[in-house]
Amino acid sequence: MGEIMLLIFVFVISGFLGVELISKVPSQLHTPLMSGTNAISGITVVGAMSATAVAVLSPSSIIGTVFGVAAIVLATINVVGGYLVTDRMLGMFKKKGDHNK
Amino acid sequence: MRDVIVTVLYMVSAVLFIRGIKLLGKADTARKGNGLSAVGMLIAVITVLFEKQVVAAGLNSYLLIAAAAAAGGIIGAVWAKKVEMTGMPQLVALFNGFGGLSSLLVALAQYANARTVGADAVPFEGITLGLTVAIGAIAFTGSVVAWGKLSGRLFKKSVTIPAKNALNAVLATAGLAGICLYAFSGSNETLGLIGILAVTAAYLILGFTMVVTIGGGDMPVIISLLNAFSGLAAAFAGLAISNSVLVVSGCLVGTSGLILTLIMCKAMNRTLYSLLFGSFGASKSKGAAGSGKEPKSMSVEDAYLILEAASSVVFIPGYGMAVAQAQHAVKELADKLEANGAEVSFAIHPVAGRMPGHMNVLLAEANVPYEQLKTADEMNPQMPNTDVAIVIGANDVVNPAAQNDESSPLYGMPIINAYEARTVFVLKRGKGAGFSGVENPLFTNDNTVMIYGDAKQTVSALVGEFEDS
Repeated sequence: MGEIMLLIFVFVISGFLGVELISKVPSQLHTPLMSGTNAISGITVVGAMSATAVAVLSPSSIIGTVFGVAAIVLATINVVGGYLVTDRMLGMFKKKGDHNK
Repeated sequence: MRDVIVTVLYMVSAVLFIRGIKLLGKADTARKGNGLSAVGMLIAVITVLFEKQVVAAGLNSYLLIAAAAAAGGIIGAVWAKKVEMTGMPQLVALFNGFGGLSSLLVALAQYANARTVGADAVPFEGITLGLTVAIGAIAFTGSVVAWGKLSGRLFKKSVTIPAKNALNAVLATAGLAGICLYAFSGSNETLGLIGILAVTAAYLILGFTMVVTIGGGDMPVIISLLNAFSGLAAAFAGLAISNSVLVVSGCLVGTSGLILTLIMCKAMNRTLYSLLFGSFGASKSKGAAGSGKEPKSMSVEDAYLILEAASSVVFIPGYGMAVAQAQHAVKELADKLEANGAEVSFAIHPVAGRMPGHMNVLLAEANVPYEQLKTADEMNPQMPNTDVAIVIGANDVVNPAAQNDESSPLYGMPIINAYEARTVFVLKRGKGAGFSGVENPLFTNDNTVMIYGDAKQTVSALVGEFEDS
């Protein structure tokens, strides 16, 4: 029970932290912010790897293994694609004066 | 000892995510912030490989994990490299759908694993696992529908579902019942399976019915909402498998996405409730349509003469600029105007386009320096002193009915006051109304001139006029 309550505690605090972090973001950064946080939501890849390992460990959880592997593939697409696309976008935002970079 | 190291590393990666999101919110540091959060992700992924159960599973599981991650990494990298900037909204939607589906599959794998070892369902884990399934499923089908709409592949016509709210309520309730059934099924495997299947099916359908009825112009709101959902799904997955880093980062994404959603709603003067449950199209009267005036139109040559004499010009882009891929031509025209001595700026409405900040990305791609990109609040006070406002493929965001016609469905939405400029050019493909179907009195104003045709060709023709002179 202790661990569960601690996780819920972490859950609530992170939620409020998210609100604080995002207030007052200029509108030009809305897209990168969205796709950047979208990449972070691919953190589920960590859960997918852990679940896959557990499935391999279990006597014969073939369904678990298949779901786990599929989850890893999908989450990695989300993570890698998300970060690269965000970086590409941010690379295009330029100030006046450095046009030729 | 290992547990301590794993926990510390997860902590480091959570801190990097927090710092990364913070830096993402400022123009100068945004790129660095994205990099930091990517490092955090790398640390988290490496760390999980040292967790007890992963090490115990041995070489086979490592090979499986490595192969799956490599496949996903390559696909993601190729898509991210290949995508055109105009295709960005649908790609983000698709990535988001994958994230949601992944969380859904993690929860189902966890369920399957528990079944094989014959573990009883525990209420807390059952509920969090069920919620992961529910939210992940909505994020998945919702994002896929959004992807289809944005890329123009699916559901091009606006779809209406009779008794949508009742249907959605039934689906949501059935799913919640499924979650409870599973969570409290104890050692009864059949009941547990029925519960899991029920929640999966119900929320997959709910994601579909919720998003399919939403019009293109409301997409910025719905995309950022779905983004919040996929974050929340990851957070609940973290609760279900007791993984702290999933809980922290998932929840950060969830609430930050929710805030962004509310910002978008505010920019449209609508509540999230009315967007999801209301029916925008139904109450649509023709508004102030009856003025009966025909809009004036003008040739490119005549428009050039006015532009040539202008000392301040404001561009107001909308989704039409993205469709016509006119951003590079617009930048060329802006350069010509500046060379001609005019002051050029871009007025950008928060919900112009199909995702939050869509116009900013397109113009940045065309090398428009971001100092020239102004928000509606910055630009509106200067509008009366502007010689020419050029509206490119925007409609509802410059509709004065939002300010002065209480019967208009747009009434109350903050707009860019294009009508206050001395002359307004409206570049438009044809004579139709905007996405919302609302008449735009701006088009028939005395100081408004329509230039019909493809926005890119029109702008390029104007650039040509400048070059010839």
